[in-house]
Amino acid sequence: MQTARSESVSVAASLLRSWRRIRIGDALFRLVVATFGLSVLVLAALMVWQLFFESHESISTFGWGFLTGTKWDPVSRVFGAAPAIYGTLVSSLIAIFLAVPVSLGAAIYLSEMAPPWLRHPASFLVESLAAIPSVVFGLWGIYVLIPWIRHPVETSLGGHLSFLPLFSGPPFGVGMLAAGVILAIMILPIITAIARDSLLAVPSSQREAMLALGATKWEMISRAVLQYCRSGLVGAVLLGLGRALGETMAVTMVIGKTYDINTSLFAPASTAASQIASEFSEASFRLYTSALMELGLILLGITLLVNVAARLLVWRIARSPGEIVE
Amino acid sequence: MLGLCATSAFLAIGVLALILGYVLFNGISYINFDFFTQLPKPAGESGGGVSNAIAGSLLTVGIAAAIGIPFGIGAGVFVAEMAGPRLAAVVRFTADVLTGVPSIVVGIVVYSWLVLKMGHFSALAAAVALAIIMLPIMARSSEEMLKLVPQSQREAALALGVTRWRTILSVVIPAARRGLITGGLLAVARAAGETAPLLFTALGNQFWSLSIAGKPIDALPLRIYQYGTGPYNSQHEQAWAAAFVLVTVVFCISLASRLLLTRRG
Repeated sequence: MQTARSESVSVAASLLRSWRRIRIGDALFRLVVATFGLSVLVLAALMVWQLFFESHESISTFGWGFLTGTKWDPVSRVFGAAPAIYGTLVSSLIAIFLAVPVSLGAAIYLSEMAPPWLRHPASFLVESLAAIPSVVFGLWGIYVLIPWIRHPVETSLGGHLSFLPLFSGPPFGVGMLAAGVILAIMILPIITAIARDSLLAVPSSQREAMLALGATKWEMISRAVLQYCRSGLVGAVLLGLGRALGETMAVTMVIGKTYDINTSLFAPASTAASQIASEFSEASFRLYTSALMELGLILLGITLLVNVAARLLVWRIARSPGEIVE
Repeated sequence: MLGLCATSAFLAIGVLALILGYVLFNGISYINFDFFTQLPKPAGESGGGVSNAIAGSLLTVGIAAAIGIPFGIGAGVFVAEMAGPRLAAVVRFTADVLTGVPSIVVGIVVYSWLVLKMGHFSALAAAVALAIIMLPIMARSSEEMLKLVPQSQREAALALGVTRWRTILSVVIPAARRGLITGGLLAVARAAGETAPLLFTALGNQFWSLSIAGKPIDALPLRIYQYGTGPYNSQHEQAWAAAFVLVTVVFCISLASRLLLTRRG
């Protein structure tokens, strides 16, 4: 009687112990992992908040006029972001204009046309371009790209098309055009890789149906495949754009530096990122630092907007029904 | 049109070859033993090396990996194994968007968090900036890798009475080990080449320093930036040599990670 009772007590106690161990272990683990997971959200929120906090002085001094102000003059303590915003947008648009046709073409080749033995190595090579550090692109830009842009690119563009304001003025080499070209090279692998993945997500039944109707290979690609995954392709382009907008080192090294808005693409310019990179350590008073922080905040705002749009589009294609080829 | 597509693919590969060719060809001719073992010479003098920058890069990237990789894997585990579907989607989306945040913005944010508060530029601040860049990359890649582990393995462990946390730590994570290492290597390769976040956190340093918190520290990408934009020929040569070393390291890491991943099949 006595022993049976103590036995049942000890069994109950050990059950309780193991139950608690299980629950406590799981609860602790959940807590730890949730901390890591939620740190992603906290980090994003804290970064935005910190930029707001640091740019407070500039926001209260210039208000909305900061966005449209064309004068950036540390000596007289007047700061306007328009030249930097203009430079950011124009250099990225040049990059998109140059990179999109090439990267979509490359993506189509890699997903639809290349012989199977070539697909993986060729994709690997194109994506390797994304692994080269930005500063190395910048170095290459200074010593190889800029001399080439100055002559023959700018001399011949200026020679034949100088009636366009875009191509007027002396060929500097350093400037908006050089920044656009280097950005185009840098976003090429990103757009290619994501566009290729979108193309591969198109069900092969779509291709077969089009071919069965007697379409040629190009008709099949342009009418069936590209139509089917166009939101993924737009997403790919937007992701490239997001990267181009925020790219810093290579642009800083080849864009020259100016506080003016020039219509000519040959002229030096500044982007939001390059202006922060080249001036932040020289900012000698609070308002100057604060204005650069606000520039960072604007840059963050633009890139977040573009990235959110891009992710939504890429997600839609990834979640749409259809078999994944490969 | 089909011909144009093929042309664009080869154009892209051609550009890669052009850039790599220049870096390799120019870099290798300026590399010598001193480059790895000597400190920088005063500006304008030839000779010297970048040993401090190599050590500084190793130190900052090492600390960054020690912070960023566990956080990233933890976040990946949370999204893949623990979170409800809605919260998981929010974290995943935020991580995706965070990978698109310009690295210069990370740099100035960490500057005002750490450099201003601590009063000096430091390896720690640089490492935190790099860790912030690694975190979302690592979180996304580890989530994808954990999802590849078959559900039956989790169920088998749970059916044996193993708790959730033991299942994840001793069944799921070991099964996804290779993918996780690949993700970590890629994140390290990315961090090793980042320059913009180091400008206002590490700052750069002419002298030998392995101090974590007290002094500015040098890094290889910073050397390339300073020497590449500098006025002296001897600096340009060292910039090419440093670019050669950096590109070689980054490519070896990404190649290794790719081999690791393909060998699984």
